[in-house]
This record gives sequence, structure tokens and C-alpha cells, in this order.
Amino acid sequence: MRAYTPKDNVQAKPYYTDRFYKSPQVAKFAPQSDEVFNADLEAIKAKFDVLDAFIQVEQLVVYINAKDNYGVLELLKDELEYTQLSEMSAIDWLADRGGFEVFYQMLSMNKRKRIRIKLFIEDGQAVNSVEKLFRSADWSEREMFDMFGIEANGHPFMKRILMPYDWQGNPLLKTYPLQGDEFAALYEVDKIYGKEAREEIGPEIRDTARVDRYDSDRFSRLGHEVPKGTEITGNEPANEQSYQEDGGVFLIKKFDKESSVIIDDPQR
Amino acid sequence: MAQIKNRLTPFFENITFDRDDNELILNFGPQHPSSHGQLRLMLHLQQEQIVKAHPDIGYLHRGMEKMAENMIYNEFMPTTDRMDYIASSSNNYGFALSVEKLIGLEVPRRAKVIRMMLLEINRLMSHLFWLATTALDIGAMTVFLYAFREREYLMDIIEGYCGARLTHAAIRIGGVPLDIQDSFISQLKDFLDKLPANIKDYEDLLDTNRIWLMRMEEVGIVSKEMALSWGCTGPMLRASGVQWDIRKEEPYELYDEVEFNVPWSDKGDNFARYRLYMQEMRESAKILYQTIDMYQECVKNGDTKLMAHAPKYVSAPKLDIMTQNYSLMQHFVLVTQGMRPPVGEVYVATESPKGELGFFINSQGGPYPYRLKLRTPSFWHTGILTDLLPGHYIPDVVSIIGTTNIVFGEVDR
Repeated sequence: MRAYTPKDNVQAKPYYTDRFYKSPQVAKFAPQSDEVFNADLEAIKAKFDVLDAFIQVEQLVVYINAKDNYGVLELLKDELEYTQLSEMSAIDWLADRGGFEVFYQMLSMNKRKRIRIKLFIEDGQAVNSVEKLFRSADWSEREMFDMFGIEANGHPFMKRILMPYDWQGNPLLKTYPLQGDEFAALYEVDKIYGKEAREEIGPEIRDTARVDRYDSDRFSRLGHEVPKGTEITGNEPANEQSYQEDGGVFLIKKFDKESSVIIDDPQR
Repeated sequence: MAQIKNRLTPFFENITFDRDDNELILNFGPQHPSSHGQLRLMLHLQQEQIVKAHPDIGYLHRGMEKMAENMIYNEFMPTTDRMDYIASSSNNYGFALSVEKLIGLEVPRRAKVIRMMLLEINRLMSHLFWLATTALDIGAMTVFLYAFREREYLMDIIEGYCGARLTHAAIRIGGVPLDIQDSFISQLKDFLDKLPANIKDYEDLLDTNRIWLMRMEEVGIVSKEMALSWGCTGPMLRASGVQWDIRKEEPYELYDEVEFNVPWSDKGDNFARYRLYMQEMRESAKILYQTIDMYQECVKNGDTKLMAHAPKYVSAPKLDIMTQNYSLMQHFVLVTQGMRPPVGEVYVATESPKGELGFFINSQGGPYPYRLKLRTPSFWHTGILTDLLPGHYIPDVVSIIGTTNIVFGEVDR
């Protein structure tokens, strides 16, 4: 039986997959193996539900319920000395689990430890904004909203940050193609020339590797150039390519290999 | 309110405004030479004073995180160059290190030393570039020319190593592709011997310069709380009274073997940041001298390996690929299909010249990262302008943007 690949993921697929290949796991350790992390985890457990916790690559990962995110981060900041929110964003699991994983990457400078708080939200569910605790969340929550469409409740300015305000679609969703969707292809045409120019100009070509063999403007017919607007038949005569004009150019000597000097020492 | 059509009054007196205060909205950028990239600032002004600032970014957004999800790991390496293009090896390094941590690779010592050399050269290049452009923004043309001259020497050394001046791609996952060229050490030594005198030149021009002091001292004060809350790192954080350098606190590579200080200040103003950059250049030079010794030790001990030995993830040396069938096959698979790191997640932070450069990778065992989040320091250093600029005057905007040292390849990614 052929392995099932989710249809709602349009990202690049591996060219070759061995269906019997079992991928190894990055080692996970029990939180008890580290004193500091264990104490932090106990402090979180005393007040909130912890769904899962382990240490992976020297950092504690704690899974919590989505509604607790503000409380847990407040606890981490005020009592456990995790004074900085280094980074936060989301991971798209819509195809597999119908939702997103949001992570908060916390740093304690006093303890020299990093904790990652993770929570799962359903599609369309919002998270509580932690902007009141960490101002840096102001921008990262906006970025998350921009890229995934996840809203943060209580955020003062929930607008797109990297994409234009009037953009449609969320670029980091797995359902969003790398080259952009139809909206993206026509966005600039609409913006600059108006919707009525769509037919005349056509969608933007976003495949940079595309070569149109009849396009004489893009050097694709090098050596067979014709004036712009000429009807292309495919039997254009070859244009003679010469390095320099016959008879040379004023003051410029024609390159002569015999009379040139080769410098062996690059330092001279 | 409808406009009153009255031909007797000039047309501009016919305009009615929605708001009846004196607030003027000034659009700074996105094509402003001193915004160091495509930054648009919407500044609400009362006279010359800023009451509200709204940075608008995204003009250089290329969707690198999206690209990463569609590329094999090694393919993404040159893309990281385009983040902080002033010090691109540090981006290469951050990415390489995070993938190595994910896989659990141990990099050979000689490669580590070369990487440290590249990282510190990049730090110097970045700081020199910062000094040059900021000084130019303030009006000190001479410093700009001096600092660019020194940066040029470093770019020549880097060019000799990897062939590129800005976008180096000089580091690979598992090590470095090449040994340093013969002239590298001597050129670097020449440069480092000259550097203290150069830094002194800059300082002589700037430290007691009346204009420089007026634009720098007591301007753009970032308090410790504000810096922590906004996720500031690097010199931005250290100037605000937190002595936190990832090289020192969470050492990677061989930074625990070299001796250097972490300069810091509790002033938090532009001038403190300027002083930090100058101090950090001296510390980088100190580290570079030590790495030269470490490199020569490697040569003496016969450590010749430059890439880790991990056939599942890293190609064999070129000689093996050309002579041994199995190495060639493995190289072919790694190039065409890419390595498949184990399933797991990793967040690795390194100290780039601008601050904490972090790579968060979620791998699902495929040849492409399932999710890659780039944590770039400049993003937050731009965000902080929202809170930092109000209360300042228009001329201060330029010097504050200058000392935050933002690079838009990194902000927009």
C-alpha cells in the first residue's frame, strides 16, 4: 500500500522515501535529571496542569494547556527568574492534528537556563496575549498572526507586521505554496494598475527558473535575437557574435595572447 | 465637514482637519539613507518632539522561514548569508551549530578554531561597519572612511578564504569546507597589530568630539527593565546594565578556552553603546590572537580533519569521494536527497555581532525542516523603537537607529 501523504501540505516533498525507514529520535531526558529544571517544573506543576515535560538538547520542554499560557509565563517571569522571552511562534499541525503548536522560548540569565513552553490550540482558537508581561511579545504575536492567522486575545495592535496590511492568506501555513497563491500573483498588478489591468498584464511570474524560449527580451534566445515585437517562427538567423568591433575601438588595443605577460606571483 | 467652496480664499485654507491638535505625522523612510535599510517609521510629532512612533517593517521580507521548509539543510546555508549580510558567517555558524546539535555531531578541533576565527573576523567587520555608518549618519565622514578602510582589509582576508566578500557561506554543517590559506595568519596578524592604533584613531576623533557627545550622551536611554522586556540582546542589553554574553555564559565552540572580557555599562544611552562596540573590537582582537595560537597548535599536533565523520549526515572529504565508491554514493545521496536529521526539536542561540541569534528547528525526520524559526536580534531592536523614540527629538531618531545597529536583512528575513 502506498503511504498516505496529506493533501493539505503543499510544501516540498522528499524525492525518495524508504517506507521502512524508521527515523531516530533526538534523545529526551527526564526533568529529574537536572536539579534546576526539576525545581522549576515542580513550581509550575503546583499551580498548573502539565501535560508533558522532558529535557531535549539541554533545554526543558513543558507542554501546558492553552488557557494557562499567561499564568505560566507570569510565574516563570516573577518567581522563577525567567526574565526574557527570547522567541515565540507557532508550528502548523493542521494536516495531522487540526491545530497549531505555539511555543514560548524563555531565558533565565541568573540560572543560565532555557525553557520552552509549548501548548496546542485548535484551528481558529486564539491564545492569550503575553504582551503585558513581555513587550517583545507585541511584535512576535503580530508576526504569528501574520504568518499563521493565530490571534492573541488582549493584544493592543493585532495587525500584520511583515506582509502588507491588505494581504490575504498566511504564508507559513503548510497549505500556502512557496511561490505564493493566486492572490499573491495578482497583488501588485491590482495595487499598481488596478483590477481592470489584470487581463492585460497577467499574473506575476514567480518561478524564477522559468525560461520562455520565445522571449527575446530575457536573453533566452542568445545568438538569435530579433527586434522586439517580431513574430517568432523559430527559424531566426544566427546573429554573429564578435568580441570586439572590426578594426578595433579608438585607444583600446585588441587582446593579443602572444604579446601579453602572465604574472605568476599574485602578491607581486 | 464639507469643504466650503470659496474662490476668494486660497485653496489651502479650505482644508479642514479631523483633529484639532498640532500633531504632525512624519513619514521617515522606507527609503531613508540613515535607516540602514528599508525601515519606515511613522512619527507623530508635537513641534520637533516625538510623541508616538510606529515602526513599519517588512519591505525586505523574503520568507526565509518558508524557504527553509522547502530546502534541504545544506541548501539553506547560503540563504542564511542574506540575513545579517554584514556578518554573514555568524548566521552560517548559528545554523550549522543548531543542525549539529540536532544531529549530535562533534566538530573536529581544527574546524572549530577556523570557525572561531571567522566568527571574530565577522564581529570586527560588523562593528567597523556599524561605526562607519553611524558616524556618517551623525556627520563624521572621516571615521566612515577610516573604518571602511579597515573593514576592507578584513574582507580581503575573508575573500582569500572563501572567495566572497559579503555572503560568505564559509561554514558547513559538520565543520568548515577548507583550511585557511597560507597568507591568512600573516595577513590577520598584520591587521590585528595595526588595529589598536586604528581604534585609537576613531576614539581620538569621536570621544571628545562636541557634536558626537551631544548626539550620543543621554540620548536613547534604554533602561534595564525595558531591554529585558523587549528581548534585547548583545550590545543593546549589555549597555543597559546586564552583563550577558552567550559566548561567556553558554560557551560554544572553544570560547571557554579563550580569555576575554565582556564589557558592559549601566548607562543605557547611545554613548554607552558606542563605547561597548569599541571595547568589543578590542576583545575580538584578543580572541583572534589566541585563536592564531590555537591554530598553530593544531598544525603542530597534526589535527588535519576539517569535517566531522558522520556518513549519514556529512559527505566524506573530496579525496575520498573521488577515490572511493562508497563515499561517492553517499555524497550523491546527501546532495540529491539531503540528510535526514532525527525527529526532534532544538533551539540554539549564538552571540552574533548584533545579539542573540537563535535557530529553532523542528525536524520530523525528513530532509526538509518541518519548521525553522529564525530568532534575529535586530527584530527586537527595531521593535523597541516604539517605546524608545517618544520623548526624543527628530535628530535623535537617526542616532538612535544608528546605535541600535539594525540590519534589515535580519529584521524582515
